[in-house]
Amino acid sequence: MSNPSLASTNGFKSGSRLERVLRAGHFAVTGELGPPQNADPEVIRKKARLLAGACDAANITDNQTAIVRMSSIGAGILALQEGLEPVIQMTCRDRNRLAMQSDILGAYALGLRNLLCLTGDHQSFGNHPTAKNVHDLDSVQLIQMVAGLRDQHAFQCGDAIKGPEPRFFIGAAANPFGDPFEWRPIRLGKKVKAGADFVQTQLIYNVERFAAFMERVRKLGLHKQVYILAGVGPLKSPGMAKYMRDEVPGLDVPNQFVDRMAAAAEGIDKEDKKGRNEAFRREGIQIAIELVQQMRQIEGVSGVHIMAIEWEEAVRPIVEGAGLFPRPEVTAPTAAEPAVQS
Amino acid sequence: MIVAEQKPLDEIKGLVGDARKVLVVGCGTCVTVCFAGGDKEAGILASSLRMATRIDGTPKDVTHLTVQRQCEWEYIDPIGDSIRQADIVLSIGCGIGVQAIAERYPDKVVVPGLNTTFLGQPSEQGVWEERCAACGSCILGVTGGICPVARCAKQLLNGPCGGSQDGVCEIGKETPCAWQLIYDRLSAQGRLQLIEEILPPKDWSTSRDGGPRRITRQDLRLAAEAAE
Repeated sequence: MSNPSLASTNGFKSGSRLERVLRAGHFAVTGELGPPQNADPEVIRKKARLLAGACDAANITDNQTAIVRMSSIGAGILALQEGLEPVIQMTCRDRNRLAMQSDILGAYALGLRNLLCLTGDHQSFGNHPTAKNVHDLDSVQLIQMVAGLRDQHAFQCGDAIKGPEPRFFIGAAANPFGDPFEWRPIRLGKKVKAGADFVQTQLIYNVERFAAFMERVRKLGLHKQVYILAGVGPLKSPGMAKYMRDEVPGLDVPNQFVDRMAAAAEGIDKEDKKGRNEAFRREGIQIAIELVQQMRQIEGVSGVHIMAIEWEEAVRPIVEGAGLFPRPEVTAPTAAEPAVQS
Repeated sequence: MIVAEQKPLDEIKGLVGDARKVLVVGCGTCVTVCFAGGDKEAGILASSLRMATRIDGTPKDVTHLTVQRQCEWEYIDPIGDSIRQADIVLSIGCGIGVQAIAERYPDKVVVPGLNTTFLGQPSEQGVWEERCAACGSCILGVTGGICPVARCAKQLLNGPCGGSQDGVCEIGKETPCAWQLIYDRLSAQGRLQLIEEILPPKDWSTSRDGGPRRITRQDLRLAAEAAE
């Protein structure tokens, strides 16, 4: 192999742990880590220690919900130092194509290997609603650009990269319950065509509807071209379940889960807030375990993406409860390993 | 049309400041049609200012006039005498009108009475909606005659994002999802294949990002000016 960086990943696109787990055919587990709204590295380290070992990699959010937080790349490095492989999230809201490519070069140079390409929540949701948004590229075009950097060794403008190119395992997001419902699999197909290697979905509670989405995804053959990780999140309380059912655009939470959460603390004294919270959380984890198990049965689902923001402790019991612990050991690609071509 | 709305009276009073003789200049084109800066609004604003400043104890001499188009020299040249007699010009044309008067009468202080808001149309009586972002490179032929640059909150060319629900945008129930509209129209026309292809990154150099824009039409120029 003449290209030195290709040789170093030995046929893998990026050589990331997540890529190796998926390529080996394991049912993958990713988590999520939200950076703090300050410059404290300990917050990241603590969360990373909770997630390391419980999942194969964890997304590091990028100014999630348009609230300023420690950068995804900076926090990702801290996570990596704690033994947690990060998936760097990058939104199109805050940077133009120059800033994105320079951050991608820097992130790769620092040892990061997974990149999730997102549109980004609108800034009106966040703490700087008067900010200007960028959206120079959209998420599909960002995927295309990251794939071009890796596979064409070229910047978005077409100029060749002289020297090592950034080789990321490229992620995309899909919301099976966004509208128009019929268009969602086609849009996913556009992301696959653009070069996505894996896809993480929005939180899924309506498994039946997700299965209908997956049926259409399979008809398009997309499950054979991209690894699909179904989004799962533990509910914390009946209030959260109701809020997500009624208020969050793009989420579909069936009533049965709201009812189950509400019933979880039956028989516990109303004054015993701690006891009730624990009961809610136990039920939330139990529901998440059941969801993971149901996702596993759906053809074309290659893993789960567990989103337990500000509740990182929940990931390990979910993974254990679903029979997915310990996570597989996959060896780092070495020169001796036979090259696998996709 | 260019759609604008009047600034709050307090802000206008602040812009006018201590000037005693105020000339309100309306415009007879776009801002007349959107009821923001026509002759009627110029008259109402002038009398509001007169009343408000009288109540404040510093009465101003406020007069008004309206020209057919504030953005063309031929319409603002004839009002030179009125402008020269005023201490300050309060233009309620769009931002182009304000600048045209300021450029033609460089000694005069000219302040805006409107916020120029967008290029749009009345969608119903009393409601105006943005339609065009003047990006300089029209893609309406691909997107079913609905512009995602102007009408998608994130200017997505390969939408919709995950925030589209029940036909509305995540930013608010008043905002239709442009990509839902595009999907519906192309679907009804049997032309969805147009958006199955990835629309490539947009060349924003024709938009504001390329710097202030200018169009020169040699076929329309006067020989003398073209030779300069």
